[in-house]
Amino acid sequence: MKDINELHKLANRIRGVALTLAHNANESHSGGALSMSDILAVLYSEYIDLDLVKKEAPKRDRVILSKGHCCASFYAILAEVEILDKDELMQNFAKNGTHYFAHVSHTLLGVELSTGSLGHGLPVACGMALGAKKSGLNFKVYCIVGDGEMNEGSNWEAIMFAAQHQLDNLCLIIDKNKMQALGDTKDILCLDPMPEKLAAFGWDVEDIDGNDIEDVISAFECFKKHRSGKPFVMVANTIKGKGVSFMEHNLKFHYSAPKDDELKQALEELA
Amino acid sequence: MRTAFINQLLEEARHNERVFLLVGDLGYHVIEPFAAEFPDRFMNVGIAEQNMAGVAAGLAMTGYNVYIYSIGNFPTLRCFEQIRNDIAYHKANVKVVSVGAGYAYGSLGATHQATEEIGALRTLPNMVVATPGDPVEARAIATLSANYEGPMYIRLGKAGEKIVHEEEALSLKIGDIVALRKQDGNRTAVLACGNILASAKRQIEEEQLPYDLYSVPFVKPLNKEQLRAIVANYPDGLITIEEHQRSCGMGSAVVEQLNDMFAVGEIANYPKVRRVAIPDEFAEVVGNQEYLRKIEGLNL
Repeated sequence: MKDINELHKLANRIRGVALTLAHNANESHSGGALSMSDILAVLYSEYIDLDLVKKEAPKRDRVILSKGHCCASFYAILAEVEILDKDELMQNFAKNGTHYFAHVSHTLLGVELSTGSLGHGLPVACGMALGAKKSGLNFKVYCIVGDGEMNEGSNWEAIMFAAQHQLDNLCLIIDKNKMQALGDTKDILCLDPMPEKLAAFGWDVEDIDGNDIEDVISAFECFKKHRSGKPFVMVANTIKGKGVSFMEHNLKFHYSAPKDDELKQALEELA
Repeated sequence: MRTAFINQLLEEARHNERVFLLVGDLGYHVIEPFAAEFPDRFMNVGIAEQNMAGVAAGLAMTGYNVYIYSIGNFPTLRCFEQIRNDIAYHKANVKVVSVGAGYAYGSLGATHQATEEIGALRTLPNMVVATPGDPVEARAIATLSANYEGPMYIRLGKAGEKIVHEEEALSLKIGDIVALRKQDGNRTAVLACGNILASAKRQIEEEQLPYDLYSVPFVKPLNKEQLRAIVANYPDGLITIEEHQRSCGMGSAVVEQLNDMFAVGEIANYPKVRRVAIPDEFAEVVGNQEYLRKIEGLNL
């Protein structure tokens, strides 16, 4: 395993790439891209067999980014682990005529599902997890959703389904950055206490600090050893805009791309 | 028709290990033989159609040919965005199967009347729309769909539809328009789709109408060459008939296709087309299928 410091640096590196992409293309959704960067760094460094992904092998583990609007840091980690070409990503993101859509696109290697409309990833992840068991391929499925996204009823249909059918090869990661498009999640459709709700639905729950590398590793280790017959969820408590002082818990960066001086300061803070 | 379809699907599943059937807690007295013979490739996912469509897409992405089955609007309109994004956009190998086309569940009210879903589903890229008109066509489409890789919508009737085709088994290609009744000297062709096909045939026979009859088992795609040949043979034009809203169903698809062919010179004359369909309204009274067809004017 890479040391904690190295993973921390990787997470900040993909934050820097994500912000540079958003800046260059004048695209939004930086805050939610930053909040999940530590999770992406750990997941792709330690738990995904990258060769199988590159070969699109049937038994590869699947990662679904259901909060597809936060694709910038997702593309960034795929480039860091050399699934995508970094130069191509930097040149093409959100540019006319390319496949680097500003919501994750399955036309790119390493992206299993195009998302953007919320509440779509988890049902598809359930289907994949079921298929993994039925076919004997026995791969694992990771699905990353936002906590605002948990407003969507389709997620709760899938939460019941996964427990009913004992999809213990499914790992749901809720990036609980506590904000959604028009404000704080608790003021819009409060889902607290989320760990207790999910446990009541029959899931094994790890309630972690999703911006703490050690906490994230211990949660993935739990899932790796996990064979309880229950689906697994990590409620990852994070900070929207994490890592850049003026972006943290700031709704502006759900919408605005960082300007020249903002990008400069952000990259200095992340260095 | 639904039993003919599911029984044929069961037959396909016997030699095709990729066939997987999901139902949305519906199918009493229809799906039991499939469930009993293939418990590993059958699942009642509960009353949760958005999840059913998403699960189907995910299962298909692991190699299965997944059928989702429920009544009329539930596996279609209720989860339309899942069908659009997760199934059609990804070209997932999913077959959306609805039962109770049109007014088949007429007395249950507007919620159970499937009268707009052809229109919705045929707008989706990558989607084939199949509308079998009798149990023979339903069986043929079950076989065809089991061997077809990609999204398809299959709109079934209910139970007890009359058999219209004389042959027991029919081999269909996607897009086929099938001639059912032809008589020398007829100058008008009727194109019918879905379970109103038998009723159109009966009316032509009983009233000795001078019309030839064609079944349209696929609203999308329509076979252009076959349509062009039909137009060329009937100087008095076409009548389309369906149990669906006029604005967006089979008749619309025919008119759109003819229009586009005329615009680029692929047909020399634009035929007269009378469209028999539901006139942009919900049925306001209780009625069984026959009754509602009558009050909505669904006859030739």
